[in-house]
Amino acid sequence: MKSPRTLGLLAFAVAIPLLTVLPLPDFWFTQLNTIGLYSLTCLGLVLLTGVGGLTSFGQAAFVGIGAYTTAVLTVQLGASPWLTLPIGLALTAACALLLALITLRMSGHYLPLATIAWGLSLYYLMGNLEALGKYDGITGIKTLGLAGFDFGEGRGLFVFLWAIVLLAAVAVLNLLDSRAGRAIRALKNGSQMAEAMGVNTFRYKVTIFVLAALLAAVSGWLFAHFQRSVSPTAFGLKMGIEYLFMAVVGGVGHVWGALVGAGLVKLLDDQLQVLLPRLIGTSGSYEIIVFGVALVLVLKYLPDGLWSMVEKKLPRRQRRNDWGDAAPLPERSKPATGELLLDVQAIRKEFGGLVAVNDISFQIRAGQIVGLIGPNGAGKSTTFNLVTGVLKMTRGHVVFAGEKLDGLPSREIARRGMGRTFQHVKMIPDMTVLENVALGAHLRGRKGVVSAMTRLNRDEERQLYREAQRQLERIGMGDYLHEQAGNLAMGLQRLMEIARALCSDPTLLLLDEPAAGLRHKEKQDLIGVLRQLQGEGMSILLVEHDMDLVMEVCDHLVVMEFGTLLTQGPPAQIQQDPKVRAAYLGTEH
Amino acid sequence: MDSTIASILLLDGLTNGAIYAPTNSSTVLVFAVTRVIFIPQGEFVAYGALTLAILQTGQVPGTVWLLLLLAGVAALMELHARWLHHRDLGAAAYAALKTLIAPVLVSLVTIWAAPQQFHLLVQALLSVAVVTAFGPLVYRVAYQSLESATPLVLLIVSVGVHFALTGLGLLFFGAEGFRNPAFWDLRLNLGPVMLSGQTIIIGVASLALIVLLWLFFERSLFGKALRATAVNRLGARLMGISSHAAGQLSFTMAALIGALSGLLIGPTTTIFYDSGFIIGLKGFVAAVVAGLSSYPGALIGAMFVGVIESFGSFWASAFKEVIVFTVILPVLLVRSLTSGHSDEDH
Repeated sequence: MKSPRTLGLLAFAVAIPLLTVLPLPDFWFTQLNTIGLYSLTCLGLVLLTGVGGLTSFGQAAFVGIGAYTTAVLTVQLGASPWLTLPIGLALTAACALLLALITLRMSGHYLPLATIAWGLSLYYLMGNLEALGKYDGITGIKTLGLAGFDFGEGRGLFVFLWAIVLLAAVAVLNLLDSRAGRAIRALKNGSQMAEAMGVNTFRYKVTIFVLAALLAAVSGWLFAHFQRSVSPTAFGLKMGIEYLFMAVVGGVGHVWGALVGAGLVKLLDDQLQVLLPRLIGTSGSYEIIVFGVALVLVLKYLPDGLWSMVEKKLPRRQRRNDWGDAAPLPERSKPATGELLLDVQAIRKEFGGLVAVNDISFQIRAGQIVGLIGPNGAGKSTTFNLVTGVLKMTRGHVVFAGEKLDGLPSREIARRGMGRTFQHVKMIPDMTVLENVALGAHLRGRKGVVSAMTRLNRDEERQLYREAQRQLERIGMGDYLHEQAGNLAMGLQRLMEIARALCSDPTLLLLDEPAAGLRHKEKQDLIGVLRQLQGEGMSILLVEHDMDLVMEVCDHLVVMEFGTLLTQGPPAQIQQDPKVRAAYLGTEH
Repeated sequence: MDSTIASILLLDGLTNGAIYAPTNSSTVLVFAVTRVIFIPQGEFVAYGALTLAILQTGQVPGTVWLLLLLAGVAALMELHARWLHHRDLGAAAYAALKTLIAPVLVSLVTIWAAPQQFHLLVQALLSVAVVTAFGPLVYRVAYQSLESATPLVLLIVSVGVHFALTGLGLLFFGAEGFRNPAFWDLRLNLGPVMLSGQTIIIGVASLALIVLLWLFFERSLFGKALRATAVNRLGARLMGISSHAAGQLSFTMAALIGALSGLLIGPTTTIFYDSGFIIGLKGFVAAVVAGLSSYPGALIGAMFVGVIESFGSFWASAFKEVIVFTVILPVLLVRSLTSGHSDEDH
């Protein structure tokens, strides 16, 4: 029995050729073709904005590049449209890459601003260049055809165009459910967690920006051969904004939302363009009033778009367990017990004049659980961030397994075998526990975007899921594999983070306040897991407030106060230390 | 190009810059306080110029009806929100009335004054009052309930508001363009350069606005309270600063500044219902040049964009807009190379 989602997809695929034999008016196909063109562009926005959290108002400009490239080359140079498609895609990719490299390193609002500027300047460029026919554009473009068969502008093109839309939608769906897709879905909530899992967030942002631009360029190529003429108006900023509007109305987080939005806005647009001038008495583009108000209303009352209402009604997709017999992922060689693993040498962090971490040194040997403790504001978290590469140290060295980590970004440190959790749980709430944990194995896979879209990544995916399941079972969460991560209780979320860190096959596990906010029972479970991991030879650095827990599981304690090292030693000795007591409880004067 | 043309272009550019400077400062202001990238800023500019133009003809400008409509919607929203919150009809009615009072007063005075053909300055004052009254209403209706949304959602809301205001501009002003009379018809010949009274007014007014803004935010407690809201909404609320009030105040200032820029620009070029968008966007380019953060920076950014535009239109007039909007890319590149890190968890 196939799932309703797969059945829906099949019905869609069958409906495309079926529609053409029905006695429908030609006008319908013109409408459907336009909707298909819009859908392609909106699909890119789903990937970029809905999933990746980046916003672009410049998609129409990329549509324009695709359309103008084929218009110029086919009309003026007589080239075949099948040749102009790759050229248009290459041009688009180059432009998108340039824009992305310039803006994506900066905070979120620079990209939309840059795309607004880019959309405008391309519009004026197209409108003023002699070679592009100025504001009149280029006319006389031929329709598409293949092997003597002319697609035309109606039914023939409809089948071709919607086949592309369907393929693109399936490709995006496949992408989102893959190693690369999990990395892309992690982009939205800040880069720290994704980077700690070894994801090069900048590269993935550039990738989805270019992918979205390419989808727009394909739409532009089709547009030129469908309309048989191009002019700048169709690629201006207003259209760029309208694409975003379609995606938001339909549901920018959902692939099918793009299609729903494109269809709805196109039909609404047609109705309003007739209705409003009649109502008002003069002609003019009054429909933008309705669009503007509708956009605000949707964002207010239905921020996930129309498709989210359908999505709620659909049964949740159950991942079929097909990884039972997958080959295990290769593991890195582990250091022998007692070997020096982490050597922190006089690290220091200054924020302006404030010395947050003052020349701290300590060591961790393989198989040890070391606790980093101290009162609030002692600099524990800063130390933790220095070791994991989130913050750059002012001076000092961190040597991990014989290698200096100075200046390495956190994803490179993760690659060398340091797995970590976060003080405030960072996860992707709308993915399942299993998928969240599989993100931890990011560095142990290699398959990229293209193999994800074409489903050539199945073997590796099965390996990753097998590992994720193994790690979840290792810490006793085998019953929660398919639970949505956002629905878990706090204690289970923290355990899930540990499983995710374990999935990277670490030699050292860094846990940032794993017991914070846990109830007594959950704390007992955590202690059990830590004990078990230690028994299996794992080395752990623990930053923790909870004294009972620290005293119970740690072999060695490092105590900090006001950024400096107060003392270190075995728990029993620390417990008796008058300096430590004074630091926590104050001294008598 | 000789020095004569260069100096004429420079003056022209600086004048343009002086027009973008206030627009761009209010972009900075609104962003700093509310994290809203306020694309409709340009609509206030167009509304300001067009309201004055219609008053000149002795008719009641369409902005008045729009204002009354918006005030009505805002009052209903206020009534509804208060009723849900307190279940106290008296308090709800009071809140609604408070929303209504200023816009209604301004509208009534304008309706009365329109046919009287008062002096240009009185009409200018009325135009500013009408457009300024839009500020808090726009915030109340479109943004207030989304205060805690991400900057990206707020940006998309801004686009929606921009669409709506442009369309309404068409509805209430028509597609016809207007050019306003100059406030001061002085002509001064300084060598090759001709300095007009309007240019002087533009320069002085824009400089004064920026200095006032800077003083307000750096030196006054009120200004600091607004900035605190921008940094930490919850923290500011715990200190007794209402984020609603902060948002409405910053939008009022944005509308005021927009209306004033509209008056400044009105005599120099023909303004249509949709002219504001491009002016607003150039303000943006300038604001991005300034890094969306400082007022003196905003002034320099605006001058930079103005001068680029005037020289661009001399060398390649058809590509003037292309040049202005492409300038943002190298600027962003420099910013990304010098800042060197991306923000976390915005």
